[in-house]
Amino acid sequence: MIEVEELTKHYGRTVAVDGLSFTVRPGRVTGFLGPNGAGKSTTMRMILGLDGPTRGCALVEGRPYRQLRDPLRVVGALLDATWVHPNRSARSHLRWLARSNGISVRRVDEVLEVVGLTAVANRRAGGFSLGMSQRLGIAGALLGDPRVLLFDEPVNGLDPEGIVWIRRFLHRLADEGRTVFVSSHLLSEMAQTAQDLVVIGRGKLIAQTSTAQFVRDATEDTVRVRSPQAQRLRTLLGGRARITDDPVHGALVVHGLEPAAIGELAAAHDVVLHELSPQRGSLEEAFMQLTGEAVEYHGHDDQAPPDEPPGGLRQ
Amino acid sequence: MTQLAVERIKLFSTRSPWWCMALALGITVGLTAIIAANSNDEFPLTVQATQFAHTFGLYVIMVMAALAITTEYRFGTIRATFQAVPNRISPLVAKAVVVAVLAGIVGEITAFASWGVSKLLQPDMTLALDSANDWRHVAGVGLVYAVGAVLALAVGLLVRQTAAAVAIILVFPLLVESLVGLIPKIGTDIQEWLPFQSASNFVLGGPDLSGRPTDAGPPQMDLPLSPWGSLAYFTAISVALLVVALVVTTKRDA
Repeated sequence: MIEVEELTKHYGRTVAVDGLSFTVRPGRVTGFLGPNGAGKSTTMRMILGLDGPTRGCALVEGRPYRQLRDPLRVVGALLDATWVHPNRSARSHLRWLARSNGISVRRVDEVLEVVGLTAVANRRAGGFSLGMSQRLGIAGALLGDPRVLLFDEPVNGLDPEGIVWIRRFLHRLADEGRTVFVSSHLLSEMAQTAQDLVVIGRGKLIAQTSTAQFVRDATEDTVRVRSPQAQRLRTLLGGRARITDDPVHGALVVHGLEPAAIGELAAAHDVVLHELSPQRGSLEEAFMQLTGEAVEYHGHDDQAPPDEPPGGLRQ
Repeated sequence: MTQLAVERIKLFSTRSPWWCMALALGITVGLTAIIAANSNDEFPLTVQATQFAHTFGLYVIMVMAALAITTEYRFGTIRATFQAVPNRISPLVAKAVVVAVLAGIVGEITAFASWGVSKLLQPDMTLALDSANDWRHVAGVGLVYAVGAVLALAVGLLVRQTAAAVAIILVFPLLVESLVGLIPKIGTDIQEWLPFQSASNFVLGGPDLSGRPTDAGPPQMDLPLSPWGSLAYFTAISVALLVVALVVTTKRDA
């Protein structure tokens, strides 16, 4: 369980996180979604006590992180897979982490086995590929067998195989009753991974809801209909639904009517249909719609770059 | 105790400390050997003179101590450290202890190796460790290395960057402390109270400097503090700087 209350972080005059409140429940994978620069990493660092909040607080299992004894046994986190000394072996890296929280050396070999790094355990971490580094970071998060897990952009830069592996892995952790909190700026990825979503933009909460609900609320389902008797069909449907034209397919797009109802109506009036296909609203569209106002760094197609360098702020 | 073990694992699971220790030993003993080989009746070798080169090793050891913390910032492992132990003080104090003890051991090995090499090259010179002062000249090197390591660690913790920390650690004792003496009137008064002058006074200074040739070794200074007083002063400055660094580190974002 993670509880964030009125969390606020200022960097000089920039407000990175602005009065953020949400709760992450155990037993589910909760996605932490927002455009780049929305304040996801800053929020995670504050949850872990690395950065001090300007206002507000974050509680993990009911207590501020800095008051936890042997915190690695309560919270496992992977914020950045590159936080490893390149000349230290994977095993040495985990060994000092384990020792600091009174975790046995046997557990180090166990987690190396879990993430599949046993064979390269004694190789220097600097020579690891991104995927291997991510696995090492996850091994570090799992060391203390914690009830709460935080991952910041865990699939960034991974190959499809690695992405599927992480996705399955996160679900297994949640199924074991743990609290799993995963950040990403990729909505499509989160839609397949997370059951709940915390969506933020410009440091403010936009939505906290289940992924399914988020998609339902934010997108509109439509039906595409093609018919040689398009004009007649338009008149028939006119009274019951809003109709727009699909310029690409030369078809009608019906808003607010189920495909079955359209089919039955057409049959009753002997209208021939060439196509009757339900269109699911795209998740990306929903996301853009919601966070469009809250994007920190817009792309400019035809303008000179803005004065401030993009990415000048830490995420 | 746990944190001491952690910091020991961290330090010894990378290669740079080993290189620094070997370099400190090699450069100091090597220079001492040159000094010893070139001494004669005109420039006689004394117990003090076997330790003239100890400052070279001191700088290398201080670089090692600073690297112990700046590399943690460079590679982000400091965040893993603070994640594992959020109070921040205990891992950093443990690191200071581990680095200081290691520096002390290297200092003693370096000092006695320098003395031994000198004795080997000039068996006829009187290099016996007869008095408490003789012992201080040799065994004192380890103490200065240990305290210097704490000072360097504090600097590293404050500036958090290898390049800046190393620059400060080298420029301050090598340039600032000697150039301050050029300020008219008050220059030498200030110089007497600078930390590395005190460190040097502890190792090389003594109640009776009459036996030492004036044109050999580092410039002699007549400091207001006794050798042991100088060590206490050097230690106080280093510990005070470490306390400041610890307070600053607990306050700021990792």
